[in-house]
This record gives sequence, structure tokens and C-alpha cells, in this order.
Amino acid sequence: MQSTSHAFKDNARQAVGDPRIRKAMGLMKPGFQDRRARALSRLPEFERLREEGKAIKDHVLANLDVYLERFESKVVEAGGQVHWCRNAAEAREAILGICRSIGARTVTKGKSMVAEEIAINDYLEEQGLTPIETDLGEYIIQLRNEPPSHIIAPAVHLSKEDVEQSFREIHTWMDPARVLAEPRALVNEAREVLRRKFQEADVGITGANFLIAETGSTVIVTNEGNGDLTQTLPKVHIVLASLEKVVPTLEDASTILRLLARSATGQEFSAYTTFSTGPRRPGDLDGPEQFHVVLVDNGRTAMLGTEFQEMLRCIRCGACMNHCPVYAAVGGHAYGWVYPGPMGSVLTPSLIGVQEAGHLPNASTFCGRCESVCPMKIPLPKMMRHWREREYESKLQPAAYRYGLGIWAWFARRPALYHLGTRLAAGLLGRLGRGRGRIASLPLAGGWTGGRDMPAPQGKTFQQLWAERARGREAA
Amino acid sequence: MTSARDQILAGIRRSLRRDAPAPSDAQACAERIERHPRNLIPARAQLPHPEQVELFVSMLGEVAATVQRLPGLEAVPDAVADYLASQNLPAELRMAPDPDLEGIPWERRPTLTITTGRAEDRDPTSLTGAAAGVAETGTLVMTSGAEHPTTLNLMPDTHIVVLRADRIVGTYEDAWDVLRARGPVPRTVNFITGPSRTGDIEQTIQLGAHGPRRLHVLLVEQAGA
Ligand code: SF4
Repeated sequence: MQSTSHAFKDNARQAVGDPRIRKAMGLMKPGFQDRRARALSRLPEFERLREEGKAIKDHVLANLDVYLERFESKVVEAGGQVHWCRNAAEAREAILGICRSIGARTVTKGKSMVAEEIAINDYLEEQGLTPIETDLGEYIIQLRNEPPSHIIAPAVHLSKEDVEQSFREIHTWMDPARVLAEPRALVNEAREVLRRKFQEADVGITGANFLIAETGSTVIVTNEGNGDLTQTLPKVHIVLASLEKVVPTLEDASTILRLLARSATGQEFSAYTTFSTGPRRPGDLDGPEQFHVVLVDNGRTAMLGTEFQEMLRCIRCGACMNHCPVYAAVGGHAYGWVYPGPMGSVLTPSLIGVQEAGHLPNASTFCGRCESVCPMKIPLPKMMRHWREREYESKLQPAAYRYGLGIWAWFARRPALYHLGTRLAAGLLGRLGRGRGRIASLPLAGGWTGGRDMPAPQGKTFQQLWAERARGREAA
Repeated sequence: MTSARDQILAGIRRSLRRDAPAPSDAQACAERIERHPRNLIPARAQLPHPEQVELFVSMLGEVAATVQRLPGLEAVPDAVADYLASQNLPAELRMAPDPDLEGIPWERRPTLTITTGRAEDRDPTSLTGAAAGVAETGTLVMTSGAEHPTTLNLMPDTHIVVLRADRIVGTYEDAWDVLRARGPVPRTVNFITGPSRTGDIEQTIQLGAHGPRRLHVLLVEQAGA
């Protein structure tokens, strides 16, 4: 996917004024946040499961080579093949090679963020093949020629009227009198069209939420069942996965699965969690004849052993963006590449370079909600700070910004002065934002507040409040 | 020229600042796989079996699946025929070629048309067994094989599942133990929790996005009784 991450500020400014984005984002709280909170309240072990999920991934990352080699040998044992690809170009070629080897024309696709990363659809189209997205949200945005705006709800920015309009435009065979006003009718229309596509396809490409070293299985999690039809009906199943998805055992996958759906959609479990191991077996009446895993690095090994290693624990649940005030204000497209929200702000510079995506780590209020909801306990704000430092070092920032951050750093290293300074500043900000609770611009800091509203401090710093509370407790 | 595979593995080792995994680490990984120890298991489903069955039934209800409890397999034909009639569905089934299902006394409802095999596009209703039911989340475990084509779980609008109550287990880990005891993991293991659904249009949940709109479980208390 072509990145526009460098234009984050302009993208964001446009998005903030867009009433459609306002409306769609307004659904995020009841849709994602409240459901997640309910699901968590029903699983008292959730916090401990987070610790275990984190430990599993940390263990895997420390032994990544061991588990990948084991995974590969089990895939081969089951009759499948693993294609190791260093970068997007190699992954595209590997997929094209497999398609060409069977003379494929139509390729159905389950949702895969790595597929977006390597822009496989555009590539296959250029080569004369027809890729068809089968996740409803992905299908809709493919019709509209748009990128996804959310990693698990790619069309979350669209209204049902937008979808109706796209169907009327592109499904030209449809009776114009047909009523498509309700989501139900739209879902039915897509189901019919895609059912034909599933059966025409020569190759089905899915992503993977996990790769299991124990068995050589790949795992997908969906609610629609589209990934299952994608991998069951065509002759060839290609799994496109980045290499950090590997986990040791079925038990380890099960532990992380308990975190995934609850964090993502607030479901106890997604409707379809499917473990695929090799091609169909002798005697099977359905299933693919070939099974290929295209295993992609594309920047992951370079993150290992750096301050960004922890990002490789990410299970792509989307909780961080569902709870991010910046994402809620600007929507997913403003981030300009595949991965939006806090996880995108950390991952995108790692994958496409700080030159291109250097603004993204600034897309944060450092409120810390992303880290607090992340099931894998990824310290997202800390890593955004790392990127800011790197960006600062690389002198990418305009001079005024560099100057400001330099002053901040100087104060921050001198706690007594810092406290005095923040107390003064908090008092000032409190007065500026009075009555509105939000501050749209700060004197001397236009470069920073231009793209974001800052919550107005209540006129006291955290340290002051803490000290007062502590005094209160002592008095009681 | 070294292969992409070798370069990737070398890159990982460089990043991990070691030339090769320490033998003790490699050993620990191999043992972890060999022993596949369980991690934390939530208390929710660690119950006596009858309570696991109750939990399974109530979790199925939460995900918009329906359940009917039957005393024995001989009650299945009536239950199937009545269910299809109640939903205004044709009295037609595509059944998994599973000896347990074929042994059901279908002659009791001669109006049911039953064919076996994989699902074809316009099959309205499938009937399959299940390897296990997981109480924790009301999840059905379906394994592919000659006796259970995967397409039956996915293509028809309505999926009826005959599940013996003694196949209900507490957790996913219990289900893995059941599957491991049967041999190598089959090509496809579907963990199915309710009918197909999507929230992709304005976050309103719609059932039957691509897979079944209806998932109906016939829970049989005593096999062959
Ligand atoms: S960073 Fe955490 S919260 Fe965000 S998508 Fe990844 S796992 Fe989920």
C-alpha cells in the first residue's frame, strides 16, 4: 500500500472536520469499548491471562529461530510447504509463483493485514489475476478502492448508505428496484455475490492469527466464516503470515485466544476459530489439495533485540485504537498506511521508516489508555516516545519543535525545576481551557496542538493532587 | 548465495545476539512442545460434568445458537423434522457420512430426504456430529475427515449438530486432549461458536454473513439409549 503517513497532519486536519467520521467514530464506544468491558468483567482471570500471554510471546521471541524451524518441519510433514520471504517483493513473487503454477485466474482472500502490507491485490491485478476480498468490510472497501480504516473493522468509517451506493454502482446486474436500505439486505446481497466467487476461485489466501510450532497448524479467527470458505473451496490454500505469529503449542494458542476476541470485539469467543494443518488428507471429501505458508519477515527481525521488540507481541486485536482519543478524532485513514491507531504509530515507522512515518508517534496525547487495554501489555506510549527521540535525533522535526522538546528534556532531567515549571504551566493551561475543558491551541506550541485538542488540566498537577490526597489521608 | 530462509534465520540470530540457540534453550523449547503444558485455566468451566453441560447450553444461547435436549438418538428424527417444519425449511438434509449418524432410525420420519456427502451450494440444511463441545464458551469442535466434510459446517444456511452430552468438556485444553488421543491433528479443526455473523455495516450484528444463519444443537443425553 502506498503510504501517506508523511502527511498525517493534513490528513488529520481534514478528518477532524468530516461529519461522517464523527458519526462512525461515535459508534466506537458502545460498539467496542463497552462490549470489551462487559466481557472482561465476566472473566476474573483476565489480568493473569494477560501476563501469561505476554510471557508466551516473550519466550517465543527469545527463541524465534527454534520455533520457526520446528513449525516449518511440521508443515512439511503434513504435506505443506513454507516459503520464506525477506520482504514484500519476495512475498508477492512467492504468491504469484504459486498462482501461476496452477494457471489460477481468480483468488479469494480472507482478511489479512500482511496482505495489505505487501499490497498483494494491486500486484495480482497487474499480473492479470482477479483478487476478491471476502470479509464483508474488506469487500466493501475493495469495491470503493479504499484502504481499511481499522484492523478488525476495515469499513468502520462507512455508513450503510455508502455501502448501498457502492453495491448499486458495481453490482450492475442488480434489480434497481431492490430495497437495500437495511444492513440485513446489504449483507444478503454480499453473501450471494461472494458465494459465487468462493466457488469460482482457484486459490484462497488467508492470513494467520497464529502459527503453531507443535503441529505446523495455522489459525484464523473470523466471525463471518469467510476465511473458512476461502481456504476450503479452492484447490490451493495459501497462508500469508508474518513470522512473529508463531507460538509453541495448541495450549499456548488457546491462552492467547482467550484474550483476543474479548479485547477485539468484546465477544467471549469469535464464531470461527480454525486450525488448518497441511492439505486435505486421503479420504477427505473437501479441502484444498495444496497448502502453502508464505512466511514474511518484512522488517520484523530488525525489530528484534531493539527497544521495539515488544511490539512483536501484538495480536492485532485493535483494542488500542478502539480506546484511543486521537484515533476517535481522526479515524484510521489519517494514519496513511496499513496500521492505524497507537499500534500503527509504533509499527509503521518500524516497517516503512521513520522518514516516511515520523509524524505518527506524535499522534498521541500520552493518556496511556492504549497500554492499559492492550492484552499483550505492550508499552505503546513508551515506544512512541522512543520514536520521538529517534526522530528528534535524526533532526526530522522542524526547528521550533526540536527546540521545545529540548527544553522539556532539560527540565525533565531536573525534577525540582520540572515540578515548578509544570505547576506554573498547569495553572496557565487551566485558565486557557476554562469553561470548555479542551484546549484547541496553545501559545508557543502551535506545532504540537495544531493537530490535537489537549484535555485542559484542572489547574493542579498530578504531583500536587497526590500530595494533597496524601495529606488528607494522614489527617483522617 | 544463501537462501532467504537462511538469511532470515541468520538475521534473527544476529538480533538475538547469538550464533545458535543454547542447547539448553533448544532443549527447553522441545520439551515445551513435547509436554504442551497447560497455562492458567479459568475457573468458569472447572465444574462437575452436569454443570459443564448446563454452562454449555447457556453459553450457546448467548451466541444465538439454539439447543434441544433429547433423551437418546432415537429421538433425533422427530426433533429434526419438527425443527425444519418450525423454521419453514424444506425437509431435506445433507448429512455427514458418519456411521453414528447413519445409525439413527431415520425411517421413523420417512418424509425427510437425506443425502450424505460434502455440502453443495444450494443445500439448505446440513447435519453433522461434533468431536466435542466446550462449555467455557459454548464452542463446538468439528474435525475434518472422511466422516465429516468441512463444507457441511460452512455452506448451508442451517446447520444441525447432533452432540452427545458425554462429549461436552470444560475447556479448549480438554478438547485438545480429546483430539490428541485420536491421533495426529486433522486437516481442519473448526471451533464454532454460534452462527456466522458480521458487524461490518455500522456495527450492527447480522447473522449469516457467509456461513450458516442458524446453528441448532441436538444434545443427546444417552447415546444409543
Ligand atoms: S498493540 Fe495491543 S491493543 Fe493494539 S492491536 Fe496490538 S495487541 Fe491489540
